[in-house]
This record gives sequence, structure tokens and C-alpha cells, in this order.
Amino acid sequence: MAHPPRSDADLIAEFGPHLAYEPPGGWHGPSAGPPPALVKTHCCFCGQQCGIQLKVRDNQVIGFEPWEEFPFNRGMLCPKGVRRYLQDNHRDRLTAPLVREAGGFRKTTWDDALARTVRGLQEIQAAHGKDAVAVLGGASLTSEKSYLVGKLARVALGTRHVDYNGRLCMVSAGVPYKHTFGVDRSPNPWSDIPKAQVLFIIGANIAECAPITTDYVWRCKDAGGTLIVADPRATPITRKADLFLPVRPGTDLAMLLAMLHVIVRDGLENRAFLEAHTTGWAEVAAEAAAWDPVRAARICGVPPEAIERTAHLIAKAERAILLHARGLEHHSKGVENCQAAINLMLACGHIGREGAGVMMVTGQGNGQGGREHGQKCDQLPGQRSISDPAARAHVAKIWGIAPEELPGAGLTALEIVEAIHRGEIRGLLLLCFNPMVSLPDGAYVRAALDKLAHFTVIDFFLSETAHHADVVLPGSLQEEEEGVVCSAEGRVIHIQRAVTPPDGARADTDILCELGRRLGGAHHADKFAFASPREVFDELRRASAGGVADYGGITYERIDRELGLFWPCPTEDHPGTPRLFEGGRTYHVDGKAHLEATPWREGGDPLDAEFPIHLTTGRVVSQYLSGTQTRRIGPLVDQAPEPRLELHPTLAEAHGIADGDWVEVTTRRGAQTFRALVVRTIRPDTVFVPYHWPGARSANRLTHRTMDPRSKIPEFKSSACRLAKGAPPPGTRRQLPIAGAS
Amino acid sequence: MIAYQFVIDPSRCIGCRSCENACAECDTHRGVPMIHVDFVDRSRGIETVPTICMHCTDPTCAEVCPADAIKQTEDGVVMSSLKPRCIACSNCVLACPFGVPKMVVRAEQMMKCDMCFDRTSEGLRPMCATVCPSQALSYRPVGEVERERRDTPINEFVFGQQVVTTKVFLMAPEGTERVAIDVADHVWEDRP
Repeated sequence: MAHPPRSDADLIAEFGPHLAYEPPGGWHGPSAGPPPALVKTHCCFCGQQCGIQLKVRDNQVIGFEPWEEFPFNRGMLCPKGVRRYLQDNHRDRLTAPLVREAGGFRKTTWDDALARTVRGLQEIQAAHGKDAVAVLGGASLTSEKSYLVGKLARVALGTRHVDYNGRLCMVSAGVPYKHTFGVDRSPNPWSDIPKAQVLFIIGANIAECAPITTDYVWRCKDAGGTLIVADPRATPITRKADLFLPVRPGTDLAMLLAMLHVIVRDGLENRAFLEAHTTGWAEVAAEAAAWDPVRAARICGVPPEAIERTAHLIAKAERAILLHARGLEHHSKGVENCQAAINLMLACGHIGREGAGVMMVTGQGNGQGGREHGQKCDQLPGQRSISDPAARAHVAKIWGIAPEELPGAGLTALEIVEAIHRGEIRGLLLLCFNPMVSLPDGAYVRAALDKLAHFTVIDFFLSETAHHADVVLPGSLQEEEEGVVCSAEGRVIHIQRAVTPPDGARADTDILCELGRRLGGAHHADKFAFASPREVFDELRRASAGGVADYGGITYERIDRELGLFWPCPTEDHPGTPRLFEGGRTYHVDGKAHLEATPWREGGDPLDAEFPIHLTTGRVVSQYLSGTQTRRIGPLVDQAPEPRLELHPTLAEAHGIADGDWVEVTTRRGAQTFRALVVRTIRPDTVFVPYHWPGARSANRLTHRTMDPRSKIPEFKSSACRLAKGAPPPGTRRQLPIAGAS
Repeated sequence: MIAYQFVIDPSRCIGCRSCENACAECDTHRGVPMIHVDFVDRSRGIETVPTICMHCTDPTCAEVCPADAIKQTEDGVVMSSLKPRCIACSNCVLACPFGVPKMVVRAEQMMKCDMCFDRTSEGLRPMCATVCPSQALSYRPVGEVERERRDTPINEFVFGQQVVTTKVFLMAPEGTERVAIDVADHVWEDRP
């Protein structure tokens, strides 16, 4: 039983989130004045991985300075990057292992805590089999840590169940990119964006979730490019859009099929390209035949003329780029949505050229690299398939085990939660993941955590998920350990160790290796004898070599010298590969792009008379994912102190709701209360709530667990709800920004 | 030496407040931002506007200061009030046509954007223009913005009878020469 040992309020009082506003010693303390060291590294938030310099004095990060030489962001930073240093030296930082007892969490020694974890997991495995234990990782970990998570699960624990929070991020894109191109990576470098004549942004709140990409979009506009934005909300990027398509949540596929319809109907497809470089076009064209724009408009709520105009603009451009993100991917047909976007761009030959392509905007810090090297349930290092015998043999050899010892594909993140409910999985080791905030149907997730016979969490702060842990191991922040990550554009970059973890906490790779040695026993302890992240990276390079995501030629020194390297980069004299599919050649054996028809399906939580309004969720610019870090940074919290329910004035008026009123939102999962933000920038049939908060402020207590059948991504972006004017939730403190707070 | 200019393009602003956050990190006014971002009207749209000091050639704030506490540097940067002179009367706050100076009660003086005098004097760009993710705020070689962007940089503003020229440029629609704001057009009078 893993119930939190004390009330939420008690745990928050002890472990936070508390708000940090000032550098160590205060604004006028020792941090004022020039620091002894500026460390060139990268932001820990979001898949863009902007270059940043951290100011360091006496083993403390005390501020930041822009890093103008790094080519991706040239000094630019969003507010999260500017204020990230306030997570360092934080009063909430865990500096001793914790074990759960009746009255609360008690500090203990590392040896005792690790022994409890090992005993807890091994007792479960002895009684119920290896697969009764699961491991959940995260895509904000460096690639070295991600690699160790996969190896720890498969070698030391011998379980097939290892997955990560990237399951909530890019997987709906990964499936069709692998199907079509044989590789899961954004095919174009970001420097291609300003070169496009037409830029189609669909389901991507660029300004708030990938802020630096805004400059690339505006430079495309400066050069005369046409900007088209499809979103249920007019996000800030729409202020310069030439065409705004207010698509109804969950209906992107109908809109994209109609665009393909127009292209086929008007004979605008690039026949020479399709014949030379693709398979499956006939089926795609036949599917689109049924989707005239008027039929699609009835479903997606976008005017037929706007669909026609978009199709014509894309088809007639010599160079067009489509950017997509979670808005397209977080659906029970997320794979089809992304496949339709690929079909649309390939129909017009927009691939493998400067300014022409279809690009996913990866969200998490190491969202790209975190999925390449082995913490994804069906992949081995190098983006290899775990069901491919040759891949298994290659990796087993490097790991020093027999191929048959290597487990097969396991369950995905949300399926692991379901298996806990069924009693099949009884033990869990988790790091860099806060499912209590980020998974859908929060009450169901909470009930699952409470059922675990053993639960260990590695984290630097006590997340809402760690409240349920039996053992908490205090790990390290990104800036406390060296490693690599891969940014959204496929650029492998070097995270520097700016400081060491505080006394009592340990580096994540140390913890993972020690757990590997203890869990692996006499047979496998030697497989976790890494003395440094560099040694892990050297093995990762060999494990990835020959795979799709080949890091063989990437070294820390080359990254520093060349300001990042784009994979694949098989040898040390290889220049890296900023743009994939040049000359129209994909990674399939036949070199072709494999198109696939995308039949229409309804979503998993349909509207009806009782729940007549769409609920969609997303992010705000000042918070990152489940907020474990950013809800502890005062200025970022002041910027968005609480989730606001965005709704259109006509919907508000129909319910007697005024701006600032409390509104009860009810779905088939339950009811939550938020304060209204009445704005004309959202469809009148849709409401929006950002998801960064736990408990009474959690949007994910309302979302549903329907998954895409192939990618297993939950359908965060479309739920059915009803609204009623509500009362402030009990115990709510007003969390309005305090002017001049210090 | 290359001459640089500060250019504001509100149409690029995405309201992220990176500029405010970065300004507050400055070594000279730690924790307090000297610039701000506003929604034009959040109920109607997502448009936001950053406000930094325009650094007027003949600064109104200095003209109305009874204590002669507001000085310009040789290259035209208008500084915060001189602490020993400032009497915290807020004349400058009321008179500035752009709404820039702020009376900082805790410091008992007027403080405002000094275009990161500490950074530009060392060859660094001002902090807000360096971090701005949309480059709504930018600091660049003179002449570059005309080549790279489609709109026109202007630095002449007409407020009723007053003509103000500024060191900082504002991007206006192509072909615009000056921005004229007649306050009379915006005054509300209750006429029976």
C-alpha cells in the first residue's frame, strides 16, 4: 500500500512547492557582481534546448548570461530559461533519502534506502515473476541517463516493462515517421523554416511551448512567406497569420483529408515526385476522394474556402513546411493525424529540400534523444526495434548477455498503470516523471499508485507522485551532471556539469549504476561499472552504431567544437546530417516514402446532450510540463499563478459566467473548478485548461484514458464536458500575483 | 565601430515576458524590471506590446523635472533619476508621453530603462533585446532592419502639438513616416 503518509497540505508544508525569488544570498548578497565562471550549457526546459551560460560561484548557480554564439537561439531565451537558475539552491531540494512511515517521510542513509528498494523489487519479482516490476523514465533525462534506465530495466531487473513520459509527447509522430521514412526525427533543421514560401502550423502553440521558434516563423514572414495556423485557439503566433483555421478539437484529420481531396481533384499533386519516391499514393488519393471540403467543414468547423485556399497555397508553392506538435498528436487517432500531414506534404513533393518538409516540434528537454537509446518499451539503443533479431544480437553482445536473456517489448506508460490496477505489475521504479499531474484520469492514476507493493522514486524535489513512494532517492538536476541531449531539430548537444549535487543528493547516473550493481547481483554487477557519464556515452555510441540514430562519430569534444552535431553521424570524420531525405531518399531499403491511407474515426470521449462542450488542454509559457521545477520558481508562478479556463463570451453568456468567475467543469471522470478567462480567442464550442497543476487545480483529473491504438498516446486534446457557474473550491487560497513580491 | 540601434516591433510580440524577467536580473536594479508587457485587450485578442524607454532626443521627463535629476549620456541614453537630486515628485511619470518612468517607492526615486548602459558600454546587447524570443525587441547594426524586414522603422511621434523624436525606433506599416496621436481623438466626454 502506497498511500501518502500525511495529508497533501502537510506534505506541501514540508516539501513545497515553495517559491524561490532570489539568487543565493539575496539580490544584494554575494551573487551581485561578476561571477568567477560562466558555464556554456543548455536550458533544461523544452525540446529546443537553447544555449545558455550559467553563472557559477562557489559551486552554486547564481544567475544566467545569454550565449549569443550558439547558432540555434543566438542568445534568445524564454522566461523559463531566464529564471531556471532559481531551481538551484532551492529550499525544497531533497538532500537525504526518504522512507515512508506511518507518520510521514523519515530521512535515512543511502545504504538503507537502496537496500529497501532492492529488497522491495526483488521480493515482488521472486513471488510474481520478473515482469511484475516496471520502470518509468522521462524525456528530460540526458541520453546517458535514458540509456541506463533501459539497460537497468532489461539487464539488472530483467523486466520487459520500461517506458517513459515521452509516451505523452512525440509517439504519435514517431509511428508514422518510422512507417513512412524509416526513421523517427524531424527531417529538417530549424534553419529551413525561414526559407519556406508557405508555412503551415497545425496543433502547435509555438509562442508558448517553443518560444524561440517564433523568431524563425517571423523571419519566414519577413522573407515574404505565407503563414497558415490551424488551432482551436488563436494562440499568439496567429497575430501574424495570413490564414487562421479554427479547427474543432479532434477533427484535424477531416480537415487534412479535405486538403488532400482538393489537391487530387484539381490535379495539383506532384506526380513525378510521387512516382519516383513514394509507394501507397493510389490508396491515399482514393481515401481523399470522399472528403470534399464541405463534408469536412461540417465536421471540423473550418470554412471550405479556407481548406481550399490552404491546399492550393501548399500545392503551388515550390517550398512549403508543415510544423506540428501535440495538438495534432494527442488524439486517439494521433497517428493518422500525423500520417495525413505527411501525406499532404509528400503529395506536393515537399521533403528533403531546403525550406521544404514536414517537421514535428518535440516538446520535452531531451524529447528526441530520450526516445532513441532504450527507455522506450519497444526500442533498443540507436532507435533499433526490440523485435528485430539482428538488433537484439547487436545490443546483447555489447551488454554482455545472451540475446535470449533480453526481454521483448513491454507495456507503454499508461498501460503500465492499467496493469498495476489489474495486479500484474506490483513494483515500480520511477524517475523524471510526475504521472499524478501528467497522466489522464488523475483519480485512476492515484488509485494505481496506492496499489503498489513497492514504489521507489528518484527525484530532486518531492513531486506529487513521490508523495506515494515507499523510498525516495534524491537525484540530480540537469546542471549537476555531464551528458548529451538531442534537440528538436536532431542536433546532439553537450550538457555541462556546472555544479555538483548538494551534500546528501547524488548524481542520477551514480544512483542508476548503484541500483544496477545491487539488482544485477553477481551475474550482472559488472555491466554497471561506469565511472562517469562519459563512459556511459562511449558504450551508448557503440550500441547505437549501425542503427538508425547512429551516434558512432559523435564525441563530447566534437560537439563543443562544432556547436552540436546532427545524427546520423556514424564516424568521427562524418559531418552529421542536418537534413534528412535529400534527393527524396528515405531510410527504407527501397529508398521510398511509404504513404498510408488514413480512415476517419471518431474520438474516444464523444460529445452528447449531457457533455456538449469540447475540453482541450495545453501549456502556458511560464510553466514546464508537470511543474515539478517551474511551480517552485516564484516569478514564473506569478506570471501564471493558477490554471484559467478559457472560454468564448457567447459560451460564457449562455452559462451566466463572467470573466474571473469560478466555473465547475464536469466530464465523465469528475468535476474540477477553475476561474474563467472570457476571451474571443477560442472556438465558442470549446474550453481550454492548462495542465501543469496537481490536485484541485489539475486539468488531467478531467481527461480520459483513450489511447491511440498504435502510439498509445492518450487523447488529452479532446474530452467532452459541461459547464456550470461554481463556487471557489474548498480551501482555495487566492493565488494572485503579488506586486513587487520578494 | 558599427553603430547599433534599438528597434521595437510590437507586431512580433508574443507576450512571453522574457524581457521583463531578464530585465529584473540586471546587476544595477536587481529584482525590479524597468520594462513591461501589456495585452492590448486580452478579452478580444492575444496581441501584446512591450514598452521600453524610447530615449527621446529632448526627453520630456527631464524637461519637467523640478530637481534637474534626469540626465542623458553623450550618446543619447536617458538615465534613471540621480538619487541625490530626485525628490520623488513623479512629474516625469505623469509627463512621459510613452508611459515609461516608474516611481520606485522602496528606492524613493524614479527608475527607468537605461538601455542596459552597463552592457552596451562593454559591447554587449541590452538584455531584453538579447533574450527576446520573437525579436520584437532587437538591437542591431543601423540599416540592417530595413534590409531584413518589410515594415518601416520610424522615430518621430506627434502627440497633439508636441513632436517627439527618439533614439529607439518603432516598426510601423510600410511607408509610414511618423506616428501621430491626437489625444483629443481618444478623450471621452459625456455629451447630453
